[in-house]
Amino acid sequence: MAQTGVAQATRHYRRLLWRRVWLVTGLAALLALSVLGDLASGASGMGLGRLLQGILDPATLSATDRVIIWNVRLPYSLMAVLVGSALALAGAEMQAILDNPLASPFTLGVSSAAALGASLAIAYPLGIAWLQPSMQVTLMAFVFACLSVLLLQAMARLRGAGVESLVLFGIALVFSCNALVSLLQLLATEDVLQQLVFWTLGSLARADWNKLAILALVLAVLLPFSLRAAPALTLLRMGEDRARSFGVDTRRLRLASLLRISLLSATAVAFVGTIGFIGLVGPHIARLLVGEDQRFLLPASALVGALLLSLSSIASKLILPGVIVPVGIVTALVGVPVFVVLVFRRGRKL
Amino acid sequence: MSLAIEQLSVSYGARTIIRDLSLPAMPAASLVALVGPNGAGKSTLLRALAGLERMKGRVVLEGEDVSRLGFAERSRRLAYMPQQLPPGIALGVLESIVAALRVSGGEDLLGTAYEALRQLGIEHLAEYPLDSLSGGQRQLVALAQLLARNPRVLLLDEPTSALDLHYQLRVMDAVRERVQEHRLLAVAVLHDINLAASHADWLVVLHQGRVVASGTPQQVLEPQLLARVYGVEARVERCSRDRLQVLVDRALC
Repeated sequence: MAQTGVAQATRHYRRLLWRRVWLVTGLAALLALSVLGDLASGASGMGLGRLLQGILDPATLSATDRVIIWNVRLPYSLMAVLVGSALALAGAEMQAILDNPLASPFTLGVSSAAALGASLAIAYPLGIAWLQPSMQVTLMAFVFACLSVLLLQAMARLRGAGVESLVLFGIALVFSCNALVSLLQLLATEDVLQQLVFWTLGSLARADWNKLAILALVLAVLLPFSLRAAPALTLLRMGEDRARSFGVDTRRLRLASLLRISLLSATAVAFVGTIGFIGLVGPHIARLLVGEDQRFLLPASALVGALLLSLSSIASKLILPGVIVPVGIVTALVGVPVFVVLVFRRGRKL
Repeated sequence: MSLAIEQLSVSYGARTIIRDLSLPAMPAASLVALVGPNGAGKSTLLRALAGLERMKGRVVLEGEDVSRLGFAERSRRLAYMPQQLPPGIALGVLESIVAALRVSGGEDLLGTAYEALRQLGIEHLAEYPLDSLSGGQRQLVALAQLLARNPRVLLLDEPTSALDLHYQLRVMDAVRERVQEHRLLAVAVLHDINLAASHADWLVVLHQGRVVASGTPQQVLEPQLLARVYGVEARVERCSRDRLQVLVDRALC
């Protein structure tokens, strides 16, 4: 009797795992379709067929088409995928380690802090001779993102500081950093001001192959570490004490996770500016699909984030004919209603 | 197998919660209840035993000072169960136990997890989502997570809090059966003095971070002690089934 029971439970469990594998595969397929759609859309009117032919056999392209494909469409589309993945993966880990459904690099001020760091580096260059100016901006964004996450961590550990305090602290951080960025904009020369404003808009248009390579490298290096930490993160979702009592060193787990979150969100934000709500909404949609097992939730979040930003990228080209709306504006417009729904669904549990 | 505590102290900053607490060896196959009023240091003591609080002193399990062991090693011997499984976790029952076991590794995680559910008589819940369960069922699942690790000492922090009468008895009966069957030691923080009297082999009464009495329920439960520790006027009587019952008449001013 017991053997029948365990066999049935095993079958059910395996079915559940396979379902999740298929869902993750389905997300990857949808992402591939979305990337094709993103590649095919644009002001030049180049169709998908010609585009694919151009990618596979660049010799057949005219000089203009080569620039459109290799310098505009491909970097733009791939950047959407990488930034979406990075932000949603950071959001998923953040929600797990802070035990807070509203945690994301954007809502808790990590993106804003990164923006402040980047703005400082733009307005007052560090003057490090051996580091390219764009990398100095990335470095400052990274340092500020780390500082904000450490502040959040310190706040979360304060006795009596509940979820509400943490969210309020995050909102305060967003406003403080935004105010300081505004101050920098006020004091900036016209040239610098243009760079600052353009930077904070959150646009994929500044994508290039170097940035793509760096972000891809960051993701490729960090994702295995995230997946390795996934079982411990799943246990942490069942409570700090429970995780510790199972032998998980939660302090070390959090610290390593915070480093990954800082690196992911800072690199993404430093390269494309502030892009909101992907890091919040991506993990929630993924959780609805594959549940809380972080072995599936983390890759699914990355895929959902990539898909959302890729779709937003298509929308950003279609909303106003002939104009590419900065994708940060699109994600904010789409993300706000989703955010409100999440807040209302959680009600008092917020 | 026995567990002894020697001169254990726990402080939060300048505030000392437990001072130089010692308990002689608590033997295997027994259920020890930590009782006492709010703020007596019961949960802190349990957490200190589990390695969740910084402490001074020694916790001696089978002659070995486990307080010197590393995090993972200690957790393999003393398994701690927090008060509640948090809500809003999108996991199935069996899955939640497998997920917990996966961290410490081992073979046949599914079989081990299912066996833990079966021993508690809740294997029919294996495929249910955690969030669809009642508070009592969730507590049994939390207990199954604990038992699946096959520890030698179970540390249970208010395992029956927020449970109705039926599940209070089911959880405590399950702990008791397991303790006797596998000759484990269970240390549980309990608020219900009658539940402690009916299920525990040994009572440890804490007050202001010190042990004020320890022994069998028959030895410990006296009106004078209850008045001193809880500030209540109470009678300790035997019911028709020869069980101890604490009947509280009024709170003392």
